[in-house]
Amino acid sequence: MSIKIENLKYIYDPGTPYELVALDDINLEIKSGEIVGLIGHTGSGKSTLIQHLNGLLKPAEGSITVDNIILTKEKGQLRELRKNVGLVFQYPEYQLFEETVYKDIAFGPRNIGVPEEEIDGVVRDAMAHVGLDFDQISEKAPFELSGGQKRKVAIAGVLAMKPKVLILDEPTAGLDPKSRDELIEYIRLLHEKEQITILFVTHSMDEVARLANRLIVMHKSKIVFDDLPKKVFKEVETLQNIGLDVPEVSKLVHQLNQNGFKLNEDIITLKSAQDAILSALRSKTC
Amino acid sequence: MLRDITIGQYYPAESVIHKLDPRTKILGSFMMIIALFVITPLWGYLIPFGTLALVILLSKVPLKFILKGLKPILFFMIFAVSINVFFTPGKVIFSYGFIEITMEGLERALMTLSRFVFLIITSSMVTLTTSPMALTDGIEKLLNPLKVIKFPAHELAMMMTIALRFIPTLIEEADKIMKAQTARGADFETGNIFNRAKNMIPLLVPLFISAFRRADELAMAMEARCYRGGVGRTRMKQLRFNHKDVFALVFSVLYCISIMIAL
Amino acid sequence: MIRAENVSFKYMRNEEMNHVLKDFNIHVLDGEFVVIMGHNGSGKSTFAKLTNAILLPESGDIYVADMNTKNDENLWAIREKAGMIFQNPDNQIVATMVEEDVAFGPENLGVDPEEIRKRVDRVLKIVNMDGYQTRPPHMLSGGQKQRIAIAGILAMSPDCIILDEPTAMLDPSGRIEVLDIIHRLNQDENMTVVLITHFMNEAIHADRVIVLDDGHIKLTGAPKEVFSKINEMQAIGLDVPEVTKLAAYLKSEGIDIPSNIITLEEMISELCRLK
Repeated sequence: MSIKIENLKYIYDPGTPYELVALDDINLEIKSGEIVGLIGHTGSGKSTLIQHLNGLLKPAEGSITVDNIILTKEKGQLRELRKNVGLVFQYPEYQLFEETVYKDIAFGPRNIGVPEEEIDGVVRDAMAHVGLDFDQISEKAPFELSGGQKRKVAIAGVLAMKPKVLILDEPTAGLDPKSRDELIEYIRLLHEKEQITILFVTHSMDEVARLANRLIVMHKSKIVFDDLPKKVFKEVETLQNIGLDVPEVSKLVHQLNQNGFKLNEDIITLKSAQDAILSALRSKTC
Repeated sequence: MLRDITIGQYYPAESVIHKLDPRTKILGSFMMIIALFVITPLWGYLIPFGTLALVILLSKVPLKFILKGLKPILFFMIFAVSINVFFTPGKVIFSYGFIEITMEGLERALMTLSRFVFLIITSSMVTLTTSPMALTDGIEKLLNPLKVIKFPAHELAMMMTIALRFIPTLIEEADKIMKAQTARGADFETGNIFNRAKNMIPLLVPLFISAFRRADELAMAMEARCYRGGVGRTRMKQLRFNHKDVFALVFSVLYCISIMIAL
Repeated sequence: MIRAENVSFKYMRNEEMNHVLKDFNIHVLDGEFVVIMGHNGSGKSTFAKLTNAILLPESGDIYVADMNTKNDENLWAIREKAGMIFQNPDNQIVATMVEEDVAFGPENLGVDPEEIRKRVDRVLKIVNMDGYQTRPPHMLSGGQKQRIAIAGILAMSPDCIILDEPTAMLDPSGRIEVLDIIHRLNQDENMTVVLITHFMNEAIHADRVIVLDDGHIKLTGAPKEVFSKINEMQAIGLDVPEVTKLAAYLKSEGIDIPSNIITLEEMISELCRLK
């Protein structure tokens, strides 16, 4: 399932003193099966962009095409769109409301008309995808769970709608390192096994380095970079100028090269950096 | 839609009205409202509206901003007006089938509408020109005499402050939850009234839970900042009457009395 | 400034007794910058609440500026001396205008109105929020809100400030703003700081790091010492800086490099020396 965005523009509170252009001339194509990281400052327009993909906001100008569903200022088949595009909001655990985990996860699929006899299956599947034990957890009240588990239940609630595109808004915000690493791993596995298209918003370049095969950087309502993560990470100065950090490893490689090393700037993982630095040191010192 | 609610909002500006003591504004608006309800001839409503227009002009709050406050109660206004228009017996001036519109009905509808609008605008003028903290301070001071009969004036004022502080936060949150549930296929817009009420559960449950969590955390944070009720508390901003307040109060009392006598 | 002596604390949850802290000992010195790390459920938030007498220890004692938190009479004096900042900036702002919120603490303490005014303006300068006096808090960014919350505590003129995951809900720029202020308070105002966090990069410039796991102190020492114990840190689910891992790897491969490197700058200068 592919997404195509053409000349998208969006304005908050048009015609008032609070008028704000949140998206300006966005052009973007995401192919089926990609896993894309979306990064940018608070207020850069990234949240506005992903809300469009779910039909929660209507474009002021331009169009969004998801497979053969077209969304413009005038029209849109919202129900059809929401069946295909799953959107997980920031801090999704704050939307849990049912008495049991099971019922909460089943809420979405029931809304979009999944037959009752299939519900059990989709709930089980969704829970398995995020590593929640069905027998232990499904009959518990969501509020008894830990923060990390609640987050997983909320994500499972969207996965149970069997979306072909999954959009996650800062899925790891506020989690501790242990739960964060676990969740990233589940997202990676989900993409690998199900081949679904994933777009995730994050503040962490390290998460991008670990998950994404493409990185989109937004700044002041526009897309400034759209490329392979390792290509974008090379732009250390530009990224820092727009207030974004670069992964620890890219920074290291970049600064070493400024100090006379000749390392490959495509390096983004610690493992390859270790090997490259070791061989650089050996070739000179030994 | 939820973002349009302006009740209790403060519009910062430098104006004579802003500088008045909150107690003056509360008492003054009371006088104006009392005066309104004794007026019987329809043309008489021009006087309070004229006075109100003058106050708005002095306050430097844009009219557009004030009118926005009327939007959420539009439904009630239409309801009240139509009941009056269609169900007041009297001289029929228009009829179509069983629908009859009478002269008296029109008059009464216009009167109800005027009262409604006046009430809302006058009270929102108080909140628009008074910082909520000053407002609650004023209410607390005005209610102080009731402490003799154990009336919890300070507690009431603190509750109001907190309510005003959290209204925008909770509105924003409701908006967010609504969007999130919409993304999960929830429907808040169609269906009959019973279905709609039932469909609100996915919005209301998380909203309540969050409000309770906030209340709990806020209580803890307040205690950590040594809050222990009104006893022994000082205020950074002391309320003081000055000659402007005296003038405004004398004016509103005279205004109220003269309307009672004349109309 | 803060002493915990053999403190234990437990609470009931789902009919099970959970020990949150067991025989816990800690001594935070005047003017020290201490970071307490640990993942959720390690007891770090409980410790914060104990120091502010929001919770009382089951056994053992906690002293704040030599006052025992168990003694009711000390309650307000303790909270005046050791101010507390919570995770969610929204839920600790009481008033609808920045300056009125900052004034809330000193008002509760019965400070003179003119003195409150002076304090409010002074602390707003310290947190770089001068000029925001009459803004409504809900229009501010997360980082700004958290700085207002810090100003609200500073206006009470505490000697110590305890921050319970103050950056967990902020974006990277908000995080930097808040962390900057905390460090400045420690250096310029000689404020004792206890920072509770699970972000390892917030601990790198501390005087001392205390790592909690399951209610126990697992590791303690200067950041260099603590982070160089990579295996122990990772075993309890905490991060260490990438450069520390790199140093350990290079050392294991026979390169002559210190294993307690924790900042990028140190790593660059070491590697340039080796080149």
